[in-house]
Amino acid sequence: MKIIMARKRSIRLELPLHLMLIPGILVTLVYAYGPMFGIVMAFQKYQPFLGFLKSKWIGLANFEYVFNLPDFNQVLYNTFLISILKIFFALVVPLILALLLNEVAKDWFKRLIQTSIFLPFFLSWAVLGGVMIEIFSLNGPINAMLSGFGLERIMFMGSNQWFVSILVGSDVWKGMGYNMIIFLAAIVGINAHLYEAAEVDGAGKWKQMIHITLPGMAPIIILMCTLSLGGILNAGFDQILILYNPIVYESGDVIDTFVYRLGLFDQQYSPAAAIGLFKSVISVVLVTLSYYLAYRLSNYRIF
Amino acid sequence: MFYKQSLSRKLFNVTNVIVLTLITLLGILPFIHLLSVSLSSNVAASAGEVSLWPVGFTLDAYHFLSKKAEFIRSFVISLERVVLGTAINMLLVFLTAYPLSKTNEQFRFRTVYVWFFALTMFFGGGLIPSYIVVKETGLMNSIWALVLPGALNVWNAVMMLNFFRGIPREMEEAATIDGASHLSVLWRIYLPISLPSIATIGLFTVVGHWNSWFDGILYMNSPEKYPLQTYLSTLVTAINVKSITIENMSALQNLSERTLRTAQIFLGALPIMVVYPFLQKYFVKGITVGSVKE
Repeated sequence: MKIIMARKRSIRLELPLHLMLIPGILVTLVYAYGPMFGIVMAFQKYQPFLGFLKSKWIGLANFEYVFNLPDFNQVLYNTFLISILKIFFALVVPLILALLLNEVAKDWFKRLIQTSIFLPFFLSWAVLGGVMIEIFSLNGPINAMLSGFGLERIMFMGSNQWFVSILVGSDVWKGMGYNMIIFLAAIVGINAHLYEAAEVDGAGKWKQMIHITLPGMAPIIILMCTLSLGGILNAGFDQILILYNPIVYESGDVIDTFVYRLGLFDQQYSPAAAIGLFKSVISVVLVTLSYYLAYRLSNYRIF
Repeated sequence: MFYKQSLSRKLFNVTNVIVLTLITLLGILPFIHLLSVSLSSNVAASAGEVSLWPVGFTLDAYHFLSKKAEFIRSFVISLERVVLGTAINMLLVFLTAYPLSKTNEQFRFRTVYVWFFALTMFFGGGLIPSYIVVKETGLMNSIWALVLPGALNVWNAVMMLNFFRGIPREMEEAATIDGASHLSVLWRIYLPISLPSIATIGLFTVVGHWNSWFDGILYMNSPEKYPLQTYLSTLVTAINVKSITIENMSALQNLSERTLRTAQIFLGALPIMVVYPFLQKYFVKGITVGSVKE
């Protein structure tokens, strides 16, 4: 009798909690689980007027088709190359900046620099892409400088030699403030007594950095490396979509942009969804692995 | 205590300040250039004569924009989107984070729900199926297409629930004994205490909605429905393609839209540039709380 009463009471207490979750559940069901269910179209010859239920099943034909597309290998290669370069520079540049900034004594100068380095992070690629194209255009300031030095003007945005560097450089520009702040927070967290002890032992600033600061930051550096592993197949969709053009497809086309053109321009829904699924499956393995590594190496947990 | 700096240390400090200043300029000069071009005369701008100061100063571009219907319309759509989107996002973050912040004894199905939401952080359907779901649910061409699919940001909910968990249980228990319902505990106790976190999450949400442009391209069929950033993106991609297809320099110089284009891009960045320095501490807090936690 008592148990039943207690259960009734707890149901009465818990019911509002269930109700509160309903809006979130509905949205997630439709717009997160819906597309997951929609992935079945990768195994179909999907036709919009037939929908997911009535379209014809064709097994793995879509995968066979897309893996044999002439550009597909190049797209995979571009994706990996661009991602790896971005991950590397997006860690190294902010790390150096954080170390340099940490040596600045004046607080106002520190804040000023942090504020201006952090600004591009909050602007969209629509704006930053516009800035990049303006600056690197044929009669933009960079080319004006080149011709001022007597060099030939370069068509940066239409050059396969330059395009990857522009992608990586502008990505570092946008993101470096963010990572720098994380690194600075890690530096602040290092025990100040260690530095005092080192000074007593006669270690200079350089030695202090090598033996105290960097080892103290190691967990966070490892954490950022492992977490970025999960995004290795996202080479930066909206950045590339803004900056690229048909001339630089050869060096700048990545999985996401390829899927976008194949699916929404050529209306080849099913083959595009097949590449998307291919990417999602690899990504889920990588993301899981990266969280696992982050947990093992740095004791990082989301919850 | 008197402490004398060594010569090498002094040398390092000077170089350090110079290097950091240069890097800072690298970040700011592009925007100064953008503003200068937008304030220059058409002739000087399209000839590429402008670097970091307006040549032939004029406000023509901005005058023109204040009457340009497309620009103003997209600005208004962006504002609508930010208000509607942020309101819905925040509401859903609260409503989702509160139950999930309970212990397993207080809320027995908690773990099931946590897995239900957490799974979406690891796996997604991808671009094409998402597009089709939005289309099938009849949102195409409506502002809801920009708001509903991302209405629940699971990351933000996780941040919020981690904060809720730090709130002492006693406060809630005292209120419950007085007969307060869950909703009023959330509204009267949890939310007021969490204001700093709410500000952080709210600011990121506002910036996120303001900056999104690709969903506008995807879900809006007509340019009249584009939010500002989507409108800007079409401007940028159009000039990108044009500038590489026109080989001839003189033909390129005749594109007199340069001042107008830079003015619009600058105005697209302006709201954030104005607000951001004052709110920076909230952003910094959000980043360090989200990433460097125990």
